[in-house]
Amino acid sequence: MPPWFVFREQSHPMKIAVCIKQVPTREWQPRLNEAKTWIREQDAAFEMNEPDAYALEEALRLREKHSGEVVVCSAGPARVQQVLREALARGADRAVHVEDDRLAAADASFTAEALAAAMAEEKFDLVLTGLQSDDQGHAQTGVILAERLGIPHSTIVMEVQVEPQASALRIKRELEGGWFQWIAMPLPSLLTIQSGINQLRYATLKGIMAAKKKEIRKVALPSGISPALEIVSLALPTRSKQTRLIEGAPGQASQELVKRLREEARAL
Amino acid sequence: MILVIAEQRGGTLNRASWEAIAAAQALAGGMPIKVAVLGDSTGGLGQELARSDVAEVLVAEHPALAAYTPDAFTMAVQSIVTTTSPAFVVLAHTYQARDFAPMLAARLRTTLVSDVVGLHGTGADATFTRPMFQGKLVATVKAKTAGPCIVTFQIGSFRADAVRTGGSATVTRLEVTIDASAIRQKPEAPFQEAKQAVDLSQAERIVAVGRGIKSQEHLPLAQKLAAAMGAEVAASRPICDNGWLPMERQVGSSGQTVAPKLYVALGISGAIQHLVGMKGSRTIVAINKDRDAPIFEVADYGIVGDLFEIVPALINELEKK
Repeated sequence: MPPWFVFREQSHPMKIAVCIKQVPTREWQPRLNEAKTWIREQDAAFEMNEPDAYALEEALRLREKHSGEVVVCSAGPARVQQVLREALARGADRAVHVEDDRLAAADASFTAEALAAAMAEEKFDLVLTGLQSDDQGHAQTGVILAERLGIPHSTIVMEVQVEPQASALRIKRELEGGWFQWIAMPLPSLLTIQSGINQLRYATLKGIMAAKKKEIRKVALPSGISPALEIVSLALPTRSKQTRLIEGAPGQASQELVKRLREEARAL
Repeated sequence: MILVIAEQRGGTLNRASWEAIAAAQALAGGMPIKVAVLGDSTGGLGQELARSDVAEVLVAEHPALAAYTPDAFTMAVQSIVTTTSPAFVVLAHTYQARDFAPMLAARLRTTLVSDVVGLHGTGADATFTRPMFQGKLVATVKAKTAGPCIVTFQIGSFRADAVRTGGSATVTRLEVTIDASAIRQKPEAPFQEAKQAVDLSQAERIVAVGRGIKSQEHLPLAQKLAAAMGAEVAASRPICDNGWLPMERQVGSSGQTVAPKLYVALGISGAIQHLVGMKGSRTIVAINKDRDAPIFEVADYGIVGDLFEIVPALINELEKK
């Protein structure tokens, strides 16, 4: 650690943004639209993207430590108000909603440009996002957003230490195969947060009531941005292996499976 | 022209770089391929890469590339792209590529197609397949922007041993421009959290649990099955995130990569991050209530049903003599 980097327990309010996305629930069974270029949204139930929930939790914890404000930002159609309200109920102070139907199936670049236009003027000290979304899963939006906001980034972050007064950040980044690395960065910065960084809190009844009075600032999609990626088609995955499905009651199926593992696969 | 960015650490190539070269060869359709390797000193890596059948190997050495930072690598690769004007920039979908490739795309005002698992067509006509919705769907996509299209290929989507070799690539030193004062991240040395007590990569058999196990109290069920099979217990990421099992038991892109004789997946849906860590297993068994779970794409044997009914029956069967 460089010598100038000294941690002090002192309150210095931070203005933290968290970007959250609304994605289909884990239980959702995929169904495609007529053109097979997107999902049938009317059949889907939606929830907060799980990695973003960890980013929100991290922001709330940083605010508890350093004081300040947590602003949740989302780019999506009208339906994303649901996850913004949920984030407000968990403790975020206010929300920014870039609203447009074209954002429902938008690629990472388009989404990042939309968010950047609405977030730039806020001059956040720290921007957190989940490391990727459970829908399109590009794992790019946060990094592109950092570039458009003109701030540095780090991805797949497992621990965040902030020294607001020194405008300094020290983060633990996950590398592959069980390796980690500490990185010192200035503020403002953008971090994409790895799932499991903390234990999530859930909204209390008091939080839900309080959320009703909190502000959601709506912003129109800025002009002059265009999609970077085209989804030519969507399909159910083809099976790379012929799976032998074993049917029957649990006892019977177990007997059959063990027999096959012993005699056919020779794996037991 | 296709530009491949090889990845190295401490003078050793990341094996996935060979997969990226194989992917570039499949994508090329007659286009020449150049492979670039970056670092403060790259030793014999240029010569090593020149074994592959490519047009040229570019060696870019700069003191600012000693330790990886997204800022320095973006500047370096941007400088190589400016010099070489490729149609595609190809990388393996490693944590390093995930960290800087989106920034490179943003700087170049072009598109990054990430996490690609397959190709249709070649050259300018190519489209790419990639998982979406946690692997429940596969999308065919293409870039809508002009200029170099950046593509990252998921680990294992092309085989390293499929690289055509025997070319006569020249190794060229390339000057890259990096403004060291514009590097905003100050990295410390990488480290491992704790000595791994379990080496799952050596396990003959593995019983792995996922979200379907529902709560920590149900873990003994999986442990009992593992004992009956002579297997180690492992888990998908969410289980370790919840602290139900230690991180060292995690299989997947952020955990260990395993290839045991037998891999039994209990209540694991099979997100790509998990599949890349275990799809090399010789025999894969999936027990899951959802017939459409992506785990069944890689399973040799499957039982669709309630694991809380099936696993006790399975233990019972294994304990019979």
